[in-house]
Amino acid sequence: MRLDILNNGYKFGTKILFSMIKVFSGYPLPDAAKLIFYRPDFYGSPAKQFTQRVMRGPSGWSVGDRELMAAFVSRLNECTFCVKAHSAVSATAYGDHNKVDQVLSDLNTAQIELPLRAVLVLLGKLTREQSVNAEDIRTAMAAGVNTQQIEDAFAICFAFNITNRLADAFGFFIPTDDAFEAGAKYLLKRGYA
Amino acid sequence: MKTEKMTESYKQLYHNLINSILKGRGDRSQEQRQAAFNNANLPQPLQALIEKVAHHAYKVTDNDINVVKQNGISEDQLFELIVCGAVGQASRQYESAMTALAEAIKEGGYHAS
Repeated sequence: MRLDILNNGYKFGTKILFSMIKVFSGYPLPDAAKLIFYRPDFYGSPAKQFTQRVMRGPSGWSVGDRELMAAFVSRLNECTFCVKAHSAVSATAYGDHNKVDQVLSDLNTAQIELPLRAVLVLLGKLTREQSVNAEDIRTAMAAGVNTQQIEDAFAICFAFNITNRLADAFGFFIPTDDAFEAGAKYLLKRGYA
Repeated sequence: MKTEKMTESYKQLYHNLINSILKGRGDRSQEQRQAAFNNANLPQPLQALIEKVAHHAYKVTDNDINVVKQNGISEDQLFELIVCGAVGQASRQYESAMTALAEAIKEGGYHAS
């Protein structure tokens, strides 16, 4: 990462934890996780709590859907780390890599359910244009998305609009696809908490 | 009732995050963290960096970071200001979206289902 404090500025106990994770998982802790451990009272702890709630808390969207939304927003923000990380989680959750690949390559032709498509269109506009209006929301509702599902999707968009920017500004290291697959299994089993 | 509880939990967690980065203990003043959050009224070259974080984070380079550090800003201060810049832009988009959702519900008489 571009800031040395994010590579080396951790307390002794945290460094030991990082070493143990590497030994047991076979991979170094990803930079996204390391960031959460840096001065956690400032950013990491409240960010983690918000992300855990939106990605693993109660929702009308499945975990696969929510991870797909994270990957989709990340693609629009051109954040390579987050696209790879969350497309891997979504594909593992769905048990379907093809669905995720289709959405990320061309939403218009992807074979997905109408409400999921409608909410991705809404998040696409919000991410590209930084705002949406009531008409955009009514269009999504007409496609079968309820108001709570829209609020859930906006919260996911908020969380990943932050993470994407931090990943690219701090320069997260992009590991191998195998490491992302291992990370996906961890995030599905343990979540973000 | 269930929907209201879910909404409240988002609101509380959202405000916890914003309050922590803007008002919690930090190396940079609350005024400067707020300026980074707003992406406004920062001295150069910091303003140029935060503008990139807000709108084209994928274009941030090692040089962008080094130039700001050479102007006397420590890594811990930079960490705080970049976080504030990222959360600020995400927050403006989120608030816009939530306002539009409230308008759509009010105009259309929709209810969460």
